[in-house]
Amino acid sequence: MNLVDPLGVYALWRRDVTRFLRAPSRIIGSIAMPLLFLVFLAFGFSGAAIPGLPEGVDYLQFLVPGMIGFTMLFGASFAGLSILSDQEVGFLKEILVAPISRTSIVLGRIAGGSTTALVQAILILLLSIPLGFRPVSLLSLPLALVFLLLIAVTFVGFGVALASQFSDSEGFNLVVQFVIFPLFFLSGAIYPISSLPGPVQFLALLNPLTYGVDGLRAVLVGTSTYPLVVDLGALLFSSVVMVAAGTYLFERVEAV
Amino acid sequence: MVAISVDGLTRTFGDVTAVDDLSFTVDDGEIFGLLGPNGAGKSTLINVLVTLLRPTAGTATVDGHDVESETAAVRDSLGIVFQEPALDEELTGAENLAFHARLYGMDRRERTERIDEILDLVGLADERDDPVGTYSGGMKRRLEIGRGLLHEPAVLFLDEPTVGLDARTRRDTWEYIQRMNREAGVTIVLTTHYIEEAEHLCDRVAVVDDGEIAAIDTPAALTASLGGDVVTLAVEGSTGALTDRLDEQSWVTEYTRTDEGVTVTVERGEARIADLVRLADDAGVTITSVDLRRPNLETVFLSLTGATIEERETGDAERPVATEAER
Repeated sequence: MNLVDPLGVYALWRRDVTRFLRAPSRIIGSIAMPLLFLVFLAFGFSGAAIPGLPEGVDYLQFLVPGMIGFTMLFGASFAGLSILSDQEVGFLKEILVAPISRTSIVLGRIAGGSTTALVQAILILLLSIPLGFRPVSLLSLPLALVFLLLIAVTFVGFGVALASQFSDSEGFNLVVQFVIFPLFFLSGAIYPISSLPGPVQFLALLNPLTYGVDGLRAVLVGTSTYPLVVDLGALLFSSVVMVAAGTYLFERVEAV
Repeated sequence: MVAISVDGLTRTFGDVTAVDDLSFTVDDGEIFGLLGPNGAGKSTLINVLVTLLRPTAGTATVDGHDVESETAAVRDSLGIVFQEPALDEELTGAENLAFHARLYGMDRRERTERIDEILDLVGLADERDDPVGTYSGGMKRRLEIGRGLLHEPAVLFLDEPTVGLDARTRRDTWEYIQRMNREAGVTIVLTTHYIEEAEHLCDRVAVVDDGEIAAIDTPAALTASLGGDVVTLAVEGSTGALTDRLDEQSWVTEYTRTDEGVTVTVERGEARIADLVRLADDAGVTITSVDLRRPNLETVFLSLTGATIEERETGDAERPVATEAER
């Protein structure tokens, strides 16, 4: 068994994409929550004096990169955790008994999950334009794509690692409420981190999404808390760590 | 040629020994059955052979490859249909097969050719582009059997292939399995707790109970080994006077005392019931019930393990209920 089997990775990617495209309701469902957040927060807080907001930046401009990050966080984590639903319907065994390495399986899941999460995030970005969002420059969009990809890889890997720790999908809701939502609130997606109390701010600094949102803000809005290089470096680092952790933990999952 | 060779294979889960020091071989081209109640260790054995579980002790080879050290070669040379369906219901039949073909490294030309062939073979060519979620239970089973054969494995494992299927679909599935065996020349190893399935399908059967193999032979040889029909007599009081008389009869092949009475093995049991009743009468023993069983794998299982498969299974089912009541 080769460590990486390209055809196997492609098979897994293609399955995820086929399933995603086949269920329009799932696409709508996946972007409904971030879109509602975006619309209501943007209108509700428009013109409000939000502490720490950069000079001359409208709240909508500030919020859109945050909500794109939110979409990526949920889309990618759920994609990683979908190993659990495969296990529940028995399909995981079909994958595990095939002559491909566990690394290939994790890479396939990351490829598929990143693609679907990316589509969701781009939809949110497009839908934010009629709401009044204006990217600072079109040239920055490719760089935004790099950030989105790194966020995706980080959190699919994270989802795979989490899924490896559960034997069924019962822990799923706990994970969403006690892990994924806190990651969202601690990322500076809807308010600047500087408004958080000191110790909590420290937690936010450990959150990869913080750098993802900050990086997106830098390239899409032209304002950021940290230098672009720091954001990019932190995300690259978290991607490598999460993929390694996901692969390592998934290798140890007993198949039956 | 030997398709599967198992030597001293053991698998434990904590304190529980699911598979206990098994040794046997399966020849190329055979349909080999593992017959036993649920919980006998059949699925664990299969899962070790298909590399989903590691053996605790002992060795096993599939198509000449060691299941522990040559995992990739073993996986390449086997196909499996699990007890629970393992299909993606949102994908179509053809897409499920294409997914499988890619995982097994088949290139595009080979893939399309084989998928068409297999869909024809299992009679799903017309439904190839329907989502599997719309398939009936029998169609799903057929698709899975076809998928197991897609990459032309040397051995196809079927874990309880007809559980949950109605009688008709079960018979159809048997036919498919036999056809695959004949036409694709694939060795088939199946587990079952259905007597008829083992009798009808298998060239050889291993009777599995409590993680061990109690006997292994052709269904005909296994039933012949019983030496006739089994008449079970339940009696009141002591059986001593009756067994003394049984000792004197040349037509009694064998008898065993049980808690309720005596089990007698005779040829042409239906003609001997009257004789047995007369003997008991002469001995002054009162018979409360008489039961005649033709030799089949059920009676083989009974005589080997002291219980029927059904009793073994309900026995297993009752235990947790009892502990519920104790609480």
